[in-house]
Amino acid sequence: MTPVKYFVLLGIAAFGAIGDTLLARGMKTFGSVAPSQIFHLFSAVLNPYVFLGIFFLLAFMSAYLSALSWADLTYVLPATAFGYVFIALIARFFLHEHISPIRWLGIVLITAGVGFVAGGPELSSTKKTSEKETPLTTTGVRP
Amino acid sequence: MNNFYAWLGVFLIVVTSTTGDCLLARAMKQVGDLGALRKQSGLGQTILRVLRTPSLMLGIAFMALSFFSLLFALSWGDVSMVGPASASLTFVANAFAAKLFLQEKVDRRRWTAAVFVAAGVFLLAG
Repeated sequence: MTPVKYFVLLGIAAFGAIGDTLLARGMKTFGSVAPSQIFHLFSAVLNPYVFLGIFFLLAFMSAYLSALSWADLTYVLPATAFGYVFIALIARFFLHEHISPIRWLGIVLITAGVGFVAGGPELSSTKKTSEKETPLTTTGVRP
Repeated sequence: MNNFYAWLGVFLIVVTSTTGDCLLARAMKQVGDLGALRKQSGLGQTILRVLRTPSLMLGIAFMALSFFSLLFALSWGDVSMVGPASASLTFVANAFAAKLFLQEKVDRRRWTAAVFVAAGVFLLAG
């Protein structure tokens, strides 16, 4: 694991959390959409919060796909869960919201889970190890 | 009946998002390390190669299905039940699916992590 790869994992957690928060904030100001007016949802994109939220979610998707290209799904997924911890900490320290003891326990469990996985190898499957041993040549053909 | 439909929605979310995640993971393993690929053939070629992978498009389609399942579940159940239940069950389902379909070696360390993260998400989002 290089420092860049740790940054990609941090990016997954941060971009996902920020994107979701922006979408939620935007949709609250946009208001509820009745099923009969479902196409009204498209104009939600014009809301600045929703627009910015989509940008962050695109960044999340790029980081997520990049991480999946060099690490296992069971390695990358806990990193996405770390986003929940980010949201809770932003709510506590920037929005001064109260966090109940049960939620603090949730934060501790997620952090411990992420710690367990991060301590192990990022790549485990036999298929991938063999790919690693025979890298593609510059023309993209396996030797 | 409302409760039944809400749990049906949760089941659909778990199945579709797990399928989507596995397809995305498989697609990206087929493409190979994006960092190395970008150095080798440039950013444009790398993006093109990712977008041309069929299982990626299928994965994104399943993610869209999962989104609509979430909307369906939310229309029948409370967000305080649907959100944590679907998120935490998806983590455990993904560990099973990664072992079965992606041949990942899910050792004791990763099982523990999946259960810890699932429990943590349930407590935090609940």
